[in-house]
Amino acid sequence: MAKIKTLHEVLNDLKSNSSIMIGGFGNIGNPKAMIDLIADSDLFGLTIIANDLGTPNVGLGRLVTKRKISKAIGTYFTYNPEAAQLYFEGKLDLEMVPQGTFAEAIRAGGCGIGGFYTPVGVGTELAKDTECREIDGKKYVLVRPIRADYAILHAKKADELGNLIYEKTARNFNPLMAMAADYTIVEVDDIVPAGSLSPEEIVTPFIYVDALIPMKRGDSE
Amino acid sequence: MIQLSEAQAKERIARRVAATLPNNGIVNLGVGIPTMAVDFLSADKKIYIQTENGMLGVGPSPRTPEEFIPNLINASRSPITEIPGSSYFDSATSFAMIRSGRMDATVIGAIQVSETGDLANWALPGKGVLGPGGAMDLVVGVKDVIVATLHTAKGGKPKLVPVCTLPLTALKAVNTVITEFAVFKFIHGEMVLVEHSSDVTLDDIKAMTTAHYFVAVDLKIKQV
Repeated sequence: MAKIKTLHEVLNDLKSNSSIMIGGFGNIGNPKAMIDLIADSDLFGLTIIANDLGTPNVGLGRLVTKRKISKAIGTYFTYNPEAAQLYFEGKLDLEMVPQGTFAEAIRAGGCGIGGFYTPVGVGTELAKDTECREIDGKKYVLVRPIRADYAILHAKKADELGNLIYEKTARNFNPLMAMAADYTIVEVDDIVPAGSLSPEEIVTPFIYVDALIPMKRGDSE
Repeated sequence: MIQLSEAQAKERIARRVAATLPNNGIVNLGVGIPTMAVDFLSADKKIYIQTENGMLGVGPSPRTPEEFIPNLINASRSPITEIPGSSYFDSATSFAMIRSGRMDATVIGAIQVSETGDLANWALPGKGVLGPGGAMDLVVGVKDVIVATLHTAKGGKPKLVPVCTLPLTALKAVNTVITEFAVFKFIHGEMVLVEHSSDVTLDDIKAMTTAHYFVAVDLKIKQV
């Protein structure tokens, strides 16, 4: 069952040099309040696992600007030229993964799966250091699961147990990451009593959620 | 040989892409020319657009402020709307439908396409393009991979080449290449010119294309 916490209580739980999954795609579905708080905190040396790093000083870009990140694993960092510059200067380690492989690796990490073979990336430089094998005449590359110490996510609504629903394309990586971290924290616009959400509409069951941060509607938009 | 402005060339490609897309097909459209193609679909053709950030049934851009929803974007980060029958899903489900071959077509850009159908479209070394996004998954998994690209790069540098020299997106993945002057298909691993526009000759195409290709017996000349 999820604990209801404040932003600052969650911040105190986080540790420097830890790995953190952050939900969102192009700043949509980001836990914006937590990102801002981490940007202004004393934390350092974070490994951020997220689709992208936002744009300079916006969304996850704030963590780049404030030099909170030592390594990022994601699919597309091009929208953030500041991250690109730090990467080329050797000050930020970026690991680039095809987006479907990234999503599936996080899913595997959350499902107790030790890895999988995908045809995506065969023959490209992103697969040059990984095992390649042929299965039934088709070439595949091995992908290892991705997990993190924390997942910090955004959902539209939670019930007080921690069951989650999302809004439109703000869902993206959030439900996958909820399953793939040791400790999952979710910023939510609203918390409603258990029983208020239809059991049919719940996307993330509460077993995956450790902490909820209720935001006043609008704060996390 | 005729010179088209970049805007004219892109519109011509987008129109040709629109004509190629299958009726009632489920398609994923990349940024730029591919997305423009929607504007040129004939009135009797309908397509369903998938966006890899988690939606099937993408509607047009919002026309009024009331239609604008902050949490509703496509993979190019542009605001979109719903259509009757739209659905949302997480990114793993999104790429499951992409990778499993259920989607009819993907239309994407290219920096280089090789004569064997290899594609390079995600990285120009040192240019700050960092990461393939969903491009590698799309070109490996979707049934018809349609590359929509200007025939040559700035300064006339060939983009349809014998071998890709830039980082690859995928090997032997391209099915169709549509440029402002020509349509090529990859048939049994061979690149075949199936159509060119009436304002260029076979020699003009040859001069712009360093890739080796065959000319289809039933080559079509498209009047422009």
